[in-house]
Amino acid sequence: MLVIETLTKRYATGDLAIDKVSLSIPSGQVVGLIGPSGAGKSSLIRCVNRLVEPSEGRVRLGNTDLTALSRSGLSQARRRMGMIFQEYALVDRLTVMENVLSGRLGYVGFWRSFLRRFPQADIDRAFAVLDRVGLTEHVDKRADALSGGQRQRVGIARAVVQEPDLLLVDEPTASLDPKTSRQIMRLIVEVCAERQLAAIVNIHDVALAQMFVQRIVGLRRGKVVFDGAPDRLTPAVLTEIYGEEDWAATIRKADEADGADADVPASELALAL
Amino acid sequence: MPVQSTADGTKIWRRRTSRAEWLHFLGWASLVLIVAVAWRVMTQDTIWAFVSDAPRQAGDIASRMLPPRWSYLGALWKPLWDTLNMATLGTLLAIVMAVPIALLPARHTPPGGAPLRPPALLVIVPPRPLNAVILALVLVASLGPGGLARGFSGAPPPVGFLPKHPPEPIEGRRPEPVEAIRATGASPPQVLAWGVWPQITPAFAGICVFRWDINIREATVLGLVGAGGIGLNLESSMNVLAWPQVTLILIVILVTVVISEWISARIRHAII
Amino acid sequence: MSTVARHWAPPPLIANWRLRYAIYGALALYLAFALTTIDVNWARISEGLVRSGRLLAGFLQPDFASRWGDIVTGLLESITMTITSTAVGILISIPFGLGAARNIAPLPIYAFCRAFIAVSRSMQEVIIAILLVVLFGFGPFAGFLTLTFATIGFLAKLLAEDIEDIDPAPLEAIRATGAGWWQVLAYAVLPQVAPRLIGLSMYRVDINFRESAVVGIVGAGGIGATLNTAMDRYEFDSAAAILLVIIGIVLACEYASGFIRAKVQ
Repeated sequence: MLVIETLTKRYATGDLAIDKVSLSIPSGQVVGLIGPSGAGKSSLIRCVNRLVEPSEGRVRLGNTDLTALSRSGLSQARRRMGMIFQEYALVDRLTVMENVLSGRLGYVGFWRSFLRRFPQADIDRAFAVLDRVGLTEHVDKRADALSGGQRQRVGIARAVVQEPDLLLVDEPTASLDPKTSRQIMRLIVEVCAERQLAAIVNIHDVALAQMFVQRIVGLRRGKVVFDGAPDRLTPAVLTEIYGEEDWAATIRKADEADGADADVPASELALAL
Repeated sequence: MPVQSTADGTKIWRRRTSRAEWLHFLGWASLVLIVAVAWRVMTQDTIWAFVSDAPRQAGDIASRMLPPRWSYLGALWKPLWDTLNMATLGTLLAIVMAVPIALLPARHTPPGGAPLRPPALLVIVPPRPLNAVILALVLVASLGPGGLARGFSGAPPPVGFLPKHPPEPIEGRRPEPVEAIRATGASPPQVLAWGVWPQITPAFAGICVFRWDINIREATVLGLVGAGGIGLNLESSMNVLAWPQVTLILIVILVTVVISEWISARIRHAII
Repeated sequence: MSTVARHWAPPPLIANWRLRYAIYGALALYLAFALTTIDVNWARISEGLVRSGRLLAGFLQPDFASRWGDIVTGLLESITMTITSTAVGILISIPFGLGAARNIAPLPIYAFCRAFIAVSRSMQEVIIAILLVVLFGFGPFAGFLTLTFATIGFLAKLLAEDIEDIDPAPLEAIRATGAGWWQVLAYAVLPQVAPRLIGLSMYRVDINFRESAVVGIVGAGGIGATLNTAMDRYEFDSAAAILLVIIGIVLACEYASGFIRAKVQ
């Protein structure tokens, strides 16, 4: 579904954020992207939907070459990519329903959207998605009246209501407590499985990534240094990605039970990165 | 906050270095000098006899101004209505003109962009330095007293004023929701309408209401230069030295201003 | 899950529907009436356009020379009025501002200061100018008093609000050391409000200059009188010159005040 070919991004300051990265993600696969700050994770995700323009390389979504699209072509292509943000990026003063409907803006003309006269099919979609994420009672509440976890669920709903082929998820749990983080990750992964969506999830909490994703890509200084199943993340690999640390405490062992307490020190260690 | 050593080696602390102390003193001294000079120049023609006479004058006028001529109230309703309309319609006109202008000069706004900025600023800058009253004077002298001059006097200062403020909320807005709306595939006008506009609405509405309140105040005196409204009554009453009428008019103006300020405060409170 | 179509409409601005219809109805009615009061007298407009044409022409060739003496006198009055009234205004607003701050002033003083400020802000400067001209005679002295009074209302209110918004922790801390009232002021209050006070004062200089141009129309001195005379005599080129001078000085003031405020904050 998503093919990234020798993508490079060099910022005006001279920083080489992404260095000839190539990646291929089939439909239905959730990929966790890990790496230290500045490794290029955020830049990589934003280069896919061209919120940041790549310097070199190509990105293909299905049969469409995203990097070659014009402005209007890009708007259309963006409808196929749902994005979820670290700080939720909701329009605070609008209601939950309006925030979810804003995911359909690419499908609806300016005046209809301005007057909030969306087609009934879109309203049905919005209700369905809100039911799925469990926010039906909050439909007409202002976005800033919700808790962090609820806001992120609105963010997820907005991305999913686009009926995309791909989810681009930028640190969805960075602002959430450990329990809510797991709920959100679980929701994202389940939704991707239900709708056969490909997804790239930028995540700094390695243990959380291992718990939920099917494939992990490790980035260091703009280059891919690891690409494989979560259980192949050994301390040696983590050292290569992040540097020297007591990784034995961080990694989740495959046969460890799903006990809440065992995760807390690991999450906090990962947060320190 | 310098620490220094005196001649015999002990450490002392002073708030400023000697040099800074001197400069500070000179600064204050020159300010005082400027004010004193300005005072001399300003009052060189002042007839101090008048000034000392003022309390007696005040007593004299007060006795002639009170009690207010309540019967005059009936003649004031139409002019008050005119004043209200001047202020309100002028503000509405200004809002309509200001919104598109306000959205342009912001650095972040994609549509329009750089080439449109200088002309937009040109429309904003000139009216602002001029007071509503001066503009009214000019408009009345050129267009003649009457409805159109009245309507316009209310507008230009607000037009000049409003655009100065919206660019600040627009520039101060958060970029994350805007980025998110772009990511859904929305067109640039949709990004403005859904990402930017909801963020600036409270500030913009607050400024509009605030400006309406100010315009009511200004409108009450525009009549003094012939632009209509209750100021005309004030002017004519003063010309014939009908002081009890003047008092009544002043009371009416005061009540109007207090009410409009109350309304403006309530609305702004409700918006936030 | 139900298969019946669920409807949604954006929540209205005013929840209570009776209130909503009442307000919208009243506004619509008002607009309808108000628009009818705009009487456009086309004959006068066309005359007016001719005159405004001459005014605009005046802008293209402003005449600084013929009324130069009057312009200088008026300008001098305006500038000196601005300087003195701002200076005196600042001095007097400080005690009023302190007295109007709930967190440092006792109740009776607070009430009195707030009342004074409210009166000062409600009355338009022109009206105050008229009254003061009656009392003190024509000339810039009346204008000086007008602007001082207006300055006090403006600065004292903003100063009081600023004082009420200060961080209470340093206030508490200095009080706890046993410092007297004035010392608390100097060490806890002043450092927090000084930058904004300076900024507001500079802003007020700008406003006072603009106002000084207006009060002259009612005889309180300043360049407004010169402008009024020029307009009365239909000397549009001189009038344009005066307007340009006013615009120029106001812009210069704004620039200078913006510069100083940036340096102070």
